[in-house]
Amino acid sequence: MNSLAARRRHPAAIVVILMLGLLATGGLYVLLSPKTAQAAVATADDVNQGKKLFLANCATCHGLKAQGTNDAPSLVGVGAASVDFQVGTGRMPLAGPNVQAHQSPKLKYSESEIRDLAAYIASLGPGPAIPEESELTGGNQAKGGELFRVNCAMCHNFTGAGGALTRGKFAPALDDVSGKHIYEAMVTGPQSMPVFNNTNIDKQGKADIIAYLQGLDENKNPGGITLGRIGPVSEGLFAWTFGIGLLIGFAVWLGRKAA
Amino acid sequence: MTDNGNPTQGPHEPDGQVERFDTSTALPLDQGHIVGTGGIPEQFANPGLPPHVHRMADHDEGAARRAEKQVATLFGISALATVLFVVCYFAIPRDKFSFIPLVGQANISHVTLGVTLSISLLGIGMGAIHWAKTLMPDTEVVEERHTLRSAEEDRHGAVDTLLEGGQGAQIARRPLIKYTLGGALGLFAIPLVVQLVGSLGPAPGDELYTTVWKKGTRLVRDPELTPVKATDVTIGSVFHILPEGIDKTAYPMNEKAKAAVLLMRLDPKDILSQKELDWGYHGIVAYSQICTHVGCPVGLYEQQTHHLLCPCHQSTFDVTQDAKVIFGPAGHPLPQLKITVDQDGYLMADAPFAEPVGPSFWERG
Repeated sequence: MNSLAARRRHPAAIVVILMLGLLATGGLYVLLSPKTAQAAVATADDVNQGKKLFLANCATCHGLKAQGTNDAPSLVGVGAASVDFQVGTGRMPLAGPNVQAHQSPKLKYSESEIRDLAAYIASLGPGPAIPEESELTGGNQAKGGELFRVNCAMCHNFTGAGGALTRGKFAPALDDVSGKHIYEAMVTGPQSMPVFNNTNIDKQGKADIIAYLQGLDENKNPGGITLGRIGPVSEGLFAWTFGIGLLIGFAVWLGRKAA
Repeated sequence: MTDNGNPTQGPHEPDGQVERFDTSTALPLDQGHIVGTGGIPEQFANPGLPPHVHRMADHDEGAARRAEKQVATLFGISALATVLFVVCYFAIPRDKFSFIPLVGQANISHVTLGVTLSISLLGIGMGAIHWAKTLMPDTEVVEERHTLRSAEEDRHGAVDTLLEGGQGAQIARRPLIKYTLGGALGLFAIPLVVQLVGSLGPAPGDELYTTVWKKGTRLVRDPELTPVKATDVTIGSVFHILPEGIDKTAYPMNEKAKAAVLLMRLDPKDILSQKELDWGYHGIVAYSQICTHVGCPVGLYEQQTHHLLCPCHQSTFDVTQDAKVIFGPAGHPLPQLKITVDQDGYLMADAPFAEPVGPSFWERG
């Protein structure tokens, strides 16, 4: 203690103190800073694999360093969640130039390849991570329904049936979309969709919305043709064309003399 | 009328007065007209009923028997469906779901009950129609119609009864009763008219011009009603916003219908209107969500094109150009809410809406 006190005016002391302070704040920041959650910790090997896949399949449009070209946006900072959503739902690689990428059930890459690609893109800049399983469950359906009707229903319809946007674009139907992809779409805002980050709809709210949509999927048909269950438009169309057509057919039969 | 220049006598063609042309070849427009004389006969002859054509079943016993069998088959189908209905009612558990063609996964009990019941009703109806059309008599029958007017004697009797009643009531002799009754009945119409006019409600006053928003009102999320920090709103985000304290107003839903706001953050470089930039906060802009066409909530924000679309009539507003109407029936741009941040970093209104929100109305023009 005495030796320390004796050297407190040493010219190097200020440097030592400064270094200690910086180390402490840096260490504390690393410990306490909000971490972007990773479903599986990506290794350097994953990143290298992902880079190879990227250069072979994506770089033509997105650029050799994913910096973006005239044909495709930059992928720096879009995060692993964006890759997992776009490639995991079959939207990317793009089937052809169009106003909007379409969902496709035939995925071009395996789950581990998608993970590698996501790890590579995530290594380029910080962005939303792939959500963990625990973030997708435990939602409240009623609360989710309220959030959905305020924030999502104007485009996706109150039953998640989807709807039209401007100039050929559309909001897709949300039936049978996995909770992970719903979450990723909210945090990344793919294509025309705005971003709903965690300060807008918090994690619990996102879990609630997922619970609501999965509840809709489990809703069973009590009978009859659903006609999309979107209300009076499809039902009215059906009644006016088929119902009245049938009545006209019977009227013609009634009025015709038998042979 | 004739196409070979051979005139026939008719009411419109007095003989020898009309020049005839060969109309099988092309004619100039001013030739070939037939001038009528306006001669319409006094009365057209009754053409009578067309000759009756018998049906197959009327003279062919085989066809009649065939028709009988067809009708019986339709009734039989109905009976079978009814029996099937009862069987399904008891045999199929009510909570069983299974795949049904054209319908998909559905409650099998409800579907089978509906289908069998409709077939049984349809069978009865179609059988009855087929029976009537093939076997019931179809000869035209003349039904004589008699005059509806009562005998002169009865008519006078009715008038006499009425006059006698009036005399007995002394209405002609006692004008006081006559006029007070008339007045009472006449006044009775007033409450009906008063209710109609009086129930039109109070005039809206300045309600169409004002909303809950005023300087200093914080922006809160719908439906949680939590305030929003400027840092919460990342580029590409859209927030559904209500004014703070809207839940404390007398009619929150009425207020929401005017005060709902959409908050978006754009890259300030994308915003072309200086006024929009000035009224926003570092690219965070707030616009009324009430369409200026007929007041639907405009919520379909495309974050890449920055178009705001109204779902009702496809009015499209460009958020980069101060919500200018670029398509559809809306008459004027969406009103912008001027926003700023308070000392805690929360977004708040810097002024009320500068113009009435929502559709145009008479006084506004």
